[in-house]
Amino acid sequence: MEGSNMNDMSQFDQGVAVDTIKMQSRGVNVFYGDTHAIKDVDVDIADKTVTAFIGPSGCGKSTFLRVLNRMNDTIDICRVTGKTTLEGEDIYDPKVDPVQLRAKVGMVFQKPNPFPKSIFDNVAYGPRIHGLSQNKSDLEDIVEKSLRRAALWDEVKDRLQAPGTGLSGGQQQRLCIARAVATSPEVLLMDEPCSALDPIATAQVEELIDELRTQYSVVIVTHSMQQAARVSQKTAFFHLGNLVEFDETDTIFTNPSDPRTESYITGRIG
Amino acid sequence: MTDMPISTAPARSLYAQDARTKKRNRAESRFRTYGMAAVATGIIALIVLLTSILGNGLSAFRQTYVSFPVELTAERLDPDGNRNPEEMAAVTTFGYLPILAESFAAHLEAEGIETEMGIREIAAMLSEEAPAQVRAMVLANPELVGTTIDAQILVGGRIDGYFKGRVTLDSAERDRNVTPEQLMLAQELADRGMMETRFNWEFITWPDASGSRPEAAGLGVAIIGSLYMMIVVLVLALPVGVAASIYLEEFAPKNRLTDLIEVNISNLAAVPSIVFGILGLAVFINFMNFNQSSPLVGGLVLTLMTLPTIIIATRASLRAVPPSIRQAALGLGASKMQSIFHHVLPLAMPGILTGTIIGLAQALGETAPLLLIGMVAFVREYPDFLSTHSNTFPLMGDGATALPVQVYSWTQRSDPAFVERASGAIIVLLVFLLMMNLIAIVLRRRFERRW
Ligand SMILES: Nc1ncnc2c1ncn2[C@@H]1O[C@H](COP(=O)(O)OP(=O)(O)OP(=O)(O)O)[C@@H](O)[C@H]1O
Ligand SMILES: [Mg+2]
Repeated sequence: MEGSNMNDMSQFDQGVAVDTIKMQSRGVNVFYGDTHAIKDVDVDIADKTVTAFIGPSGCGKSTFLRVLNRMNDTIDICRVTGKTTLEGEDIYDPKVDPVQLRAKVGMVFQKPNPFPKSIFDNVAYGPRIHGLSQNKSDLEDIVEKSLRRAALWDEVKDRLQAPGTGLSGGQQQRLCIARAVATSPEVLLMDEPCSALDPIATAQVEELIDELRTQYSVVIVTHSMQQAARVSQKTAFFHLGNLVEFDETDTIFTNPSDPRTESYITGRIG
Repeated sequence: MTDMPISTAPARSLYAQDARTKKRNRAESRFRTYGMAAVATGIIALIVLLTSILGNGLSAFRQTYVSFPVELTAERLDPDGNRNPEEMAAVTTFGYLPILAESFAAHLEAEGIETEMGIREIAAMLSEEAPAQVRAMVLANPELVGTTIDAQILVGGRIDGYFKGRVTLDSAERDRNVTPEQLMLAQELADRGMMETRFNWEFITWPDASGSRPEAAGLGVAIIGSLYMMIVVLVLALPVGVAASIYLEEFAPKNRLTDLIEVNISNLAAVPSIVFGILGLAVFINFMNFNQSSPLVGGLVLTLMTLPTIIIATRASLRAVPPSIRQAALGLGASKMQSIFHHVLPLAMPGILTGTIIGLAQALGETAPLLLIGMVAFVREYPDFLSTHSNTFPLMGDGATALPVQVYSWTQRSDPAFVERASGAIIVLLVFLLMMNLIAIVLRRRFERRW
């Protein structure tokens, strides 16, 4: 494991010079009613990079992830302040239609939530509503490719018409990943995508994340330090709504500057 | 395998129930008994209800007819001899009465059946509706005049009641409308196979008849009226109700105003239906000058009554769709509208359908508001609801009646034969409700199969 870890780091080192910033947040605060869930957070999400969010449960990782594709809009009591841009455009600008934003910034949720439709229709839904396919065989190609990337194809290729809700928890999560990938988003937000997966599927998803990095930005929330170290190039550590430390993964795990980060990754708080 | 000793003599044996467990189990079995008692009471009540209704009402579907040749003498029915139906219509049912009476008496004589009764008394055994029945037959087919036809003629309600056990020789002694001699003659005719009680489609197809001829009263007009009103309710209440619920549940901001609307909708569902009748009377008839007792007005009133039911059921089933489904769709870049119509609505559909059918069933059985808008009127003729000839809006013209109103007005009549009619109408109503529930189940199955 150490070996592959080092390998990732070196890849990252080469990539950093050409990386541009895809999304940028400045002074973001999130309130649920009176609860101050995110406190004055600045984050840069680099293009073609995997950024990991780590931190103890309830620290606001999911909340901040939802800031990036405005899913917080769907929560009535939620209020977001500050500035967040995607390629320089303020995503909270009144002119922005969140629907258009979410087509570019896809999301995999913490709990698997397949549609109660067939496996095929689950994956084909995004391409259908965004008009990504010209014809039926095009659509079938997209579905197959997406399911393969999510390491699910071999398990479901014979029962594409079976209900997606009839899959196991881990399969459902991979189906949701395939569904998100099928719309080819520019940024993919993944909220603990591997929490329900066995080590083999986890490795496959991590492989997918690594592959996605060649084209997209990926933001992944994880509770597994090893996973963050394996797949990400940048890591943000959240604690009680604050962004405590945001740096290259290498630095965070080997030489954190904040004592809270160090105690978290060594398992003393959390 | 193992050298470890097995621990014996547990402090609390699993074989003996301790006091708490016993208490818990007793409470549980008590609760089960209450539950079974409640269910049993319900079933007994249902059985009693059904047996009483079926016992009273099934006979309405059977009616007694007498068959004999009727000589349609041309001199009386078509004095001018040109078989022109318009001129023949000048001969009223009173012109047909003697023809029937004479044919009937002549037939008795020909068959060698002796009776001391005069022709008047013999003819009184036939239904008052019989001349109209023959007249309609003749006017529809003028060529029959001058021939002798083998006709099945409706007999009077008392004679019919005799074959159904409602009228006896004893009760006939005290009855001004029937004599024991008539009953005995009827019995003889029945023995000879000339008079028989057979299945009676006319109960379902004929319109209502006046109080003195229960044997000819049918449900046709009421069924058509109810049907049209159900169509109006379905066409208006379902789309409006579902659209309103979707808006309120998914789009409307949550504020004081929507709270107020919500409370009011819940209250409307509890408003006594007669209030909707008063509203309909004031708004549709007095203010908008719609025709009294037209099916459109009835349908509108029932729509108002059904809307809250549909809205409440629809909102409940929309709310029951897990939010994660909406989030999944929104997260993929679907618009709110797409997430609702592609994912939420199909999942809510079974609930919406159930609510709608319950609302429709309520509306089908509703009497009070219809009485207020004048539907209690006695409708003798099939109304021309679609207004093919007049220039009124469809469903706005002729007055209508509805199944429950028909039940109500039949129970108001003095002749005991109408009790049977009313119970028969209730059976028809129940069959309709049963069919609606079946449709609901079938639709629900279909939608559920598609998850
Ligand atoms: N819909 C909501 N309404 C009210 N408060 C919320 C809501 N969602 C999250 N919160 C609060 O915001 C804070 C951050 O929650 P969030 O879900 O972002 O945590 P998290 O870091 O993702 O935790 P976990 O690792 O357990 O998923 C918590 O205190 C939580 O109680
Ligand atoms: Mg979370």
